[in-house]
Amino acid sequence: MRIQRIQDAIFHQVTRFFAFSVLAIMAAIMGSLLYGAWPALQEFGAGFPFSAEWNPVADRFGGLISIYGTLATSVIALVVAIPVSFGIAIFLTELCPPKLRGALGIAVELLAAVPSIIYGMWGLFVFAPLFADYVQPVLAATLGNVPLVGNLFQGPQNGIGILSAGLILSVMVIPFIASVMRDVFEVVPGILKESAYGLGATTWEVVWNIVLPYTRVGVIGGVMLGLGRALGETMAVTFVIGNAHRISPSLFDAGNSIASTLANEFAEAASDLHVSSLIALGLILFFVTFIVLSLSKLLLMRLGRMEGEKT
Amino acid sequence: MSNSAALYAKRVRTNRLALFLSLVAMGVGMAFLAWILIVLLIKGFGALSISLFTMSTPAPGSDGGLYNAILGSAMMVGASTFIATPIGILAGIYLSEYGRSGWLAPATRFINDILLSAPSIVIGVFIYAMYVAQVQHFSGWAGSLALTLIAIPVVVRTTENMLNLVPGSLREAAAALGAPRWKIVISVVLRAAKAGVLTGILLAVARVSGETAPLLFTALNNQFTSYDMNAPMANLPVVIFQFAMSPYENWNSLAWGGAIIITFGVLCLNILVRIMFRKKI
Repeated sequence: MRIQRIQDAIFHQVTRFFAFSVLAIMAAIMGSLLYGAWPALQEFGAGFPFSAEWNPVADRFGGLISIYGTLATSVIALVVAIPVSFGIAIFLTELCPPKLRGALGIAVELLAAVPSIIYGMWGLFVFAPLFADYVQPVLAATLGNVPLVGNLFQGPQNGIGILSAGLILSVMVIPFIASVMRDVFEVVPGILKESAYGLGATTWEVVWNIVLPYTRVGVIGGVMLGLGRALGETMAVTFVIGNAHRISPSLFDAGNSIASTLANEFAEAASDLHVSSLIALGLILFFVTFIVLSLSKLLLMRLGRMEGEKT
Repeated sequence: MSNSAALYAKRVRTNRLALFLSLVAMGVGMAFLAWILIVLLIKGFGALSISLFTMSTPAPGSDGGLYNAILGSAMMVGASTFIATPIGILAGIYLSEYGRSGWLAPATRFINDILLSAPSIVIGVFIYAMYVAQVQHFSGWAGSLALTLIAIPVVVRTTENMLNLVPGSLREAAAALGAPRWKIVISVVLRAAKAGVLTGILLAVARVSGETAPLLFTALNNQFTSYDMNAPMANLPVVIFQFAMSPYENWNSLAWGGAIIITFGVLCLNILVRIMFRKKI
């Protein structure tokens, strides 16, 4: 009996240790990034994220270009992905024949399973040429003439750059956002929807006035998850963003994101300050995704709790 | 009367338009999946041959295959799965069996879900700083470690979910027979959830196999066949990256060959997992 109790205690502590190791990994990542980034942060100070200088020869570094590229591509990705994911989620929950629901749901999830390097190759060799030939001229001729936003759609029409990277990112985050939206739409109590249908509401009115308000928190959580994914996506962006260290008013122009800068330069960085600056970029990326993903998780947990209180 | 008829017609029109657009959205999603797969088939099929699996990566312009890259990927994915599985399962057991009270379980759950979506390139930077920079050389072990950190959260999450699906009455029945807690967990709960836990491991393998970013500055690459995990090691994703970006035609063709192997491997694993275990993962 005593032996059993000791064995139980050991087993408990062993599992506890490994659960704790997950926390330790997170702390170690944060700690080592902070340690590695310290020389650069000390050298360039709080202005590091706001300086557009990136000059390995003169050993002067700033994060603005990469941060801009990361944000711009992610925003483009979300602008495109949110409505499409919403449509897919409505289709899967309201419109799709039940027999097809499983298969189509898996198909959407497979979009998330395709490795990101494949998106990169497809983006660079297949999507970009078509985009340059057929889409960019049209965008330049239409949106390019609109005052204020016109500048965004002028410039080199060669298919690579911020806009292409953002569009490919949008395809990559659609499955994440759509899956979350579908899952949260499914928790809406049938009785609410049936009541609305009973009053004569159309499917769209039920979705817009019942389902969406009920699941708003979860939908935002899903979008945040997609944003977290888009911010850190590396290979696909590296292929198509053009890898140029400049900020241009045009979305057609080449740029750089934090992840693509790391992928391109980290293994070849010569000076210690260069390495440290790259790690500082990594720290910024990790910190921002940490916050975005935390928000996403908190929002989804709130919806989960609502669910719990109801039943 | 005619007013309400017009209103009704408008509502019906809006509804039709919205549902049509949702159909279009679904179509767009499927079209992209099909487009990518078809491109892979067209460009990669020609590169598939026996020599792809038997010869090592060539110099530009000469014949060769991806044997060393496939081998390296298999060794690193194997090693990382081997390390991540016990860690992930034990942590998952804690969350599901002992995680009712205390601060550790909720905190671990939260952090684990963030690690699940954390940028993989940062994991590469982390392993570089912690390991590569210390031992002063790139290595297969460093690559495996980076992949391990990506695999662990996947195993933890699925293990916890799968153990939670095991009915409490099974645990109570075993406890009523006098079985100690650890025995209940190992021989009853874990056994009942065996298939589910296995899907978690397979999902982790699928996730890790296609990861490129964390290997760029941990395992790096190796032009030759190497069994030495302590030296730079060739691996499919990085070879694909380098060959695809190169100006040499035979390298490009090999890149597409590698791409088709990796994509269909990963997709088959994903489909297999979902058929094996139809419930929500």
